[in-house]
Amino acid sequence: MAQERIFGTGAQRREETELPEPGAPAPTAAQSQTSATSADDLLAEIDGVLESNAEEFVKGFVQKGGQ
Amino acid sequence: MDRRIYGVETEFGLTHSAPGARPISPEEAARTLFRPVVAWGRSSNVFLPNGGRLYLDVGSHPEYATAECATLEDLVAQDKAGELIVDDLRRQAQEALGEQGVAGQLYLFKNNVDSRGNSYGSHENYLIARRTEFARLVQILIPFLVTRQLLVGAGKVHPAGPEDFGAVRVGDAAGAPSYSFSQRADHIWEGSSSATTRSRPLINTRDEPHADAEHYRRLHVIVGDSTMSQTTTALRIGTTDLVLRMIEAGQILPDRTMVDPVRSLREVSHDLTGTRPVPLADGTRRSALDLQREHLEAVRRFVDREGAHHDRVPWVLDLWERTLDAVARQDASAIDTEIDWAIKKKLLDGYAARDGLDLSAPRMAQLDLAYHDTAPERGLFNLLQRRGRAATFVPDQRVQEAARTPPATRAAVRGRFIDAVVASGHNYTVDWVHLKVNDRSQRTVLCKDPFAVENAEADALVASLGGRDATGRAHGDAPVV
Repeated sequence: MAQERIFGTGAQRREETELPEPGAPAPTAAQSQTSATSADDLLAEIDGVLESNAEEFVKGFVQKGGQ
Repeated sequence: MDRRIYGVETEFGLTHSAPGARPISPEEAARTLFRPVVAWGRSSNVFLPNGGRLYLDVGSHPEYATAECATLEDLVAQDKAGELIVDDLRRQAQEALGEQGVAGQLYLFKNNVDSRGNSYGSHENYLIARRTEFARLVQILIPFLVTRQLLVGAGKVHPAGPEDFGAVRVGDAAGAPSYSFSQRADHIWEGSSSATTRSRPLINTRDEPHADAEHYRRLHVIVGDSTMSQTTTALRIGTTDLVLRMIEAGQILPDRTMVDPVRSLREVSHDLTGTRPVPLADGTRRSALDLQREHLEAVRRFVDREGAHHDRVPWVLDLWERTLDAVARQDASAIDTEIDWAIKKKLLDGYAARDGLDLSAPRMAQLDLAYHDTAPERGLFNLLQRRGRAATFVPDQRVQEAARTPPATRAAVRGRFIDAVVASGHNYTVDWVHLKVNDRSQRTVLCKDPFAVENAEADALVASLGGRDATGRAHGDAPVV
């Protein structure tokens, strides 16, 4: 129903996007060997979600002023 | 007062990106975004079942106002729920555009400035006691707000360095790319006034308490950055609430009136060391770090004497102190999962190091923007939080629930009314204080007490509405308030 769609329920969102569980624990000291790899993974994931033409993307973001 | 009502209004940036094609205008994007809202509420200005408000504001900005909150947990949950709600609209609009064959992607940014320097805000509302002398409150609060950005700025990349403030050069080296604490600081032009867009002040003096005006007034702070981090949002409201309590209690505080608070706001934002001297009206000069430490110590003594008024006060004081220590030591490693400017800076530094970039690279400005992208799968703050690189203040479940559930304040009365009246299919009018079914002769129900979770008149009205309308159609109608 439209009402539920507007105010998005958690279950619905989870199904649609298949996100991993948020709030995963931060890396601990024991995991420090892997932190360099995880930093590389992070940057690789970021590259995967950014549009490729950075300059055009940034310049294209123009709003009217708000309050 | 022991408890305080507060809330945050967030204006979102909205854009359509279509590489190699013609993007749709922000106005058209906003119309598409709000189509489901208009279908539900017959207006682009509605109150929601969670007690909050959603509308299209000046300049086609989608705006979400949290319901009245009385705890930091509720405030954070309601604020993040707003991101879920507007992002769900973005997802629907994206689908609708796809069905029309329009190429490209819609983006919603919870930030404060576009690529041309147009700014839009994150406005904090605090209910304050009418008996507190407002001029004194503003005088004490402004030096706090000018320096608060060390704690709760969202961080900003300046590819060509700080802009001049009129004839005044703000940074040290002209044109050198730089990073600042605040997004919003460069877009504030006055200390306090009734203006919002023309000559934007730190504090807007418009007095709309949405409560018994004999006892309360509203403090409307519009200098803050939109914060992505839950812990930064909690610190923003938590520290300001504590300083207000101290002022309301009549605590004698040293006069730290600044010679030029607006100029100092910019200079503090662009000085990551926190040490640049700020000229005070008494002829002395104090750094932002000194002034913040003085505020922290005054609040600490106040809490020691009066007691903590909620159970997160020690948390607020601890993060406040650790953030000032991090700035003083020029080592953000102790706060780089909790404070937005530090979380973002760590991300930028890591990316720049890998690719040998500096802050003038367009990719850095893109990362800055993408940090504020509300999309769960694509927004960089959301991505960092999923990887445990950004701390939370409330469980994810609580944010999800807050999209539907009002906090335990007057918002609960409003939420029950909206749920019932939408289900029954009656035409209604609602604002922060009033509830009314339009096609009845009953008088408007007035909810003057923002703390009151119960209202007998509202309950009677809800009970009289009966069950679900056969058509299942909503007939809402929210006035401009």
